[in-house]
Amino acid sequence: MRKIFADLHLRLNVKDQAATSRMITKAASLGYRLIAVPLPPEISENEIAQLKAVCSGVKIDFASRVDLRPKTPNELLRALRRLRRKFEVICVNCENKQVARQAAKDRRVDLLNFSSLDFRKRFFDNAEAELASSSLAALEIDVRPLLVLEGASRIRLLSNLRREVAVAREFHVPIVISSGVSEEKLLRKPREMAALAFLFGLDEPTALKAVVEEPAAIVKRNREKLSPRFVAEGIRVIKEGKDS
Amino acid sequence: MKRVKRRYLALQVDSDGVPSQKELMDAIWNAVAKLYGEVGASQTSLSLIEYYAEKKVAVIRTAHATVNLVRASLASITAVAGKETAVHVLGVSGTIKALRKKFL
Repeated sequence: MRKIFADLHLRLNVKDQAATSRMITKAASLGYRLIAVPLPPEISENEIAQLKAVCSGVKIDFASRVDLRPKTPNELLRALRRLRRKFEVICVNCENKQVARQAAKDRRVDLLNFSSLDFRKRFFDNAEAELASSSLAALEIDVRPLLVLEGASRIRLLSNLRREVAVAREFHVPIVISSGVSEEKLLRKPREMAALAFLFGLDEPTALKAVVEEPAAIVKRNREKLSPRFVAEGIRVIKEGKDS
Repeated sequence: MKRVKRRYLALQVDSDGVPSQKELMDAIWNAVAKLYGEVGASQTSLSLIEYYAEKKVAVIRTAHATVNLVRASLASITAVAGKETAVHVLGVSGTIKALRKKFL
């Protein structure tokens, strides 16, 4: 079966249609078959449809994504209630420990993302991983900071990522590797992203899983849940009829 | 003495300008040295085999044991000679003949 390479974090300025189209074309030429773009929460269905049309023009699957940056757990819960049925992928940028814990245990959260620059805000430890393993959240690692940082900050980032990846693997938390880039020249092929994961201790099969299987599984699961035929996990409406 | 296994990598240079082969190799060596240090870089046995400037395609050779290390370093290159550049790996092969047949 053909692998579906995915990048769930392509940062595009959706207002700039020319740049958006260029980036999507570039992603397609590098071998991606599924991309997700973080969108503003108030985006209209029309704008999402336009993006989908651009993507289908280059034979790429598009998933809508929203990035939440709540300050409190309550704010997160409110946002999830409001946005879960609108977007296919929900990522929480964890700014503090309370939010990180709430996000990890909530089954509506797909991805957990942590600050690459402020290392005190990387809350992915054993407790976080244990909560995430019992829900459905995956740890998202962006490769952009690995490309733009240099010297001491890159060394610290690699060291943190190595620790977090080890914790995630111990608790069977899925890992998703995304680009997180907004510039064309920083886009890398899926296998190159997997090669970069080698820097923080992911072996080749696991790294490939993080750019192929895990992202595709998240999108598939959520599309199923958002479908009108979905009833509960494992139960869906096959046929509707009237009482005779 | 045990024979050293080698791997050949075909590279596509994605840049606005056309870097010279020296500029390209300097960028590759710098990336390897930055990530793995001079000792790590010395273990790669890197060398440029061919460079087609007009197509911006290069073929480099490395030790089999350090292919992953070189691939990670190539992916981390963001500039060559001060110009924004990405170096993509077109393919890896055990012989130049097979590499040419498949990827060039």
